Amino acid sequence: MSTSSFPVSPRRTLALPRLETLAAWLLAVIWIFPLLYAVWAAIHPPAYMVRFDLLAPLTLDNFTNAWAQAPFARDYLNTFALVTGVVLAQFVVCTLAAFAFARFPIPGKNLLFMLVLIQLFVFPEVLIVENYRIASELGLINTITGIGLPYVASAFGIFLLRQTFKTIPRELEDAARIEGCGWLEILWKVYVPLAKPTYLAYGLVSISHHWNNFLWPLVVTNSVESRPLTVGLGVFSAPETGVNWATVSAATLLSIAPLLVAFLLFQRQFVQSFLRAGIR
Amino acid sequence: MNLNAHRTMQLYGALLLLPAALLLTAFAYLPTVTTVINSLFLPGFRGEPAAFVGLDNYRVLMDDPTFWKVARNNLLYALGTVPTSMALALGMALLVNARLPGRGLVRMAYFTPTILPMIAAANIWMFFYAPQIGLFNKLLGALGFAGVNWLGDPGVALGSVIVMSVWKEAGFFMIFYLAALQAIPPELKEAADLEGTSRRSFFWRVTFPLLMPTTLFVLINALINAVRVVDHLFILTKGGPNNATNLLLYYVYENAFSFFDRTMAATITVVILLVLAVVATLKFTILDRRTHYQ
Repeated sequence: MSTSSFPVSPRRTLALPRLETLAAWLLAVIWIFPLLYAVWAAIHPPAYMVRFDLLAPLTLDNFTNAWAQAPFARDYLNTFALVTGVVLAQFVVCTLAAFAFARFPIPGKNLLFMLVLIQLFVFPEVLIVENYRIASELGLINTITGIGLPYVASAFGIFLLRQTFKTIPRELEDAARIEGCGWLEILWKVYVPLAKPTYLAYGLVSISHHWNNFLWPLVVTNSVESRPLTVGLGVFSAPETGVNWATVSAATLLSIAPLLVAFLLFQRQFVQSFLRAGIR
Repeated sequence: MNLNAHRTMQLYGALLLLPAALLLTAFAYLPTVTTVINSLFLPGFRGEPAAFVGLDNYRVLMDDPTFWKVARNNLLYALGTVPTSMALALGMALLVNARLPGRGLVRMAYFTPTILPMIAAANIWMFFYAPQIGLFNKLLGALGFAGVNWLGDPGVALGSVIVMSVWKEAGFFMIFYLAALQAIPPELKEAADLEGTSRRSFFWRVTFPLLMPTTLFVLINALINAVRVVDHLFILTKGGPNNATNLLLYYVYENAFSFFDRTMAATITVVILLVLAVVATLKFTILDRRTHYQ
């Protein structure tokens, strides 16, 4: 990046004045404080919620309490199943549709594609009432399939993959055809491998979206058997349940831990993915 | 032969589209259409068929003071969250784009709220806002001020919800600004320095205009989120006190699943769809045209 031909420039032009460094750090502390505070509340006895004593005794009781008081193990399992299922199904359905849009002469293709893009604005959760009715007619209430299915044909996924497929040179496709590959083989052996970065980006965005999704899962589930972590956490920590705050804190951290740890480990990939997925 | 091959290709393409088409029909197009239809009917009592009432449901909605209150809340919520989080996002991006000790950590601090579920974020902010044991009131108390009922006072509650949303969203928008800033050629800054341009005028004359496509992109996303995301209300306020923090989508949820008034829910949903249509038009006309100049 620093290809400057002037010896004076980089350091002096890019170095921030002291005041701004201070502002940047202050803002960073404010921004991370809520999370740190949740950690503080979770690892100390409830008496230390608002008493900041560096020598406060540490405890894991809040975590064990949270784990014992609500079926988090089941919620975890459901969330894992949901996220895995949705992402895999999205990959398959969006890949096929994107391939069709990128390479096949379908009559009225542009119009159809515009129709698909409508879903970028009309999300399943906006249509909760009717989607609930449809899900119940399909017998999907209280199932993990019911939570995930409305999101499987994702306009966003179709769009991203179509863009990627369009950049892949036709020569590669022709070469594969000369070797006797059929369409699905060409898709699987040429297009899919070359679109790996797109799958990674879309996958990460989709995983975090569905790990965090709340409104539709809340509507479509009404029992422990199928509800994901967010709904479990929402039920557990609703103020009227009167659960001790230190326990709520621990429960909150428990439910965000996997995603948070993954983010801290693969920060660069996460940010890149959100970026890649965002620039449409 | 060639025509046949073309036909086969068309058929093949249609088959590839089929799964997505079925799913989109079931969970996007069909529900949109039935929502609009439902908003024009009143359900019949005791198994009678639904009666077509034209725009009567909309008239009822227009006469509903709660609806206007909720719509006004949503507008204030958008006005409170969208410009603030965008300005903060730009500020953050400018800060972490420059040479800064501990830049990685600062950037991580800004971005982390983005990957939390809204429900978890609301839980955490509950610790701040709660009337007696909340941190904010403890701090105010320690300084000798009376506590504020952050979520219970109708004049303050919406503001509290807005602050939390801004915290949650700013870091997400920051990454788009950051990427755009990094795409600005460094030669521009060097040239400006040779000319002795002040930092302020460089920002307003060069950086800000170059960021315009990003600003529009972020604006669209922020507007959509202001309509779409209501998860935090379930924890923080449940739309209260007395609907002071109720937002349109939450009001739909209440109508459908608490008051069991599917017709009203459908009618409000149509209003939301109209708002989203305006945003979509904004995107497809202004954004897609303006972004090309870079």
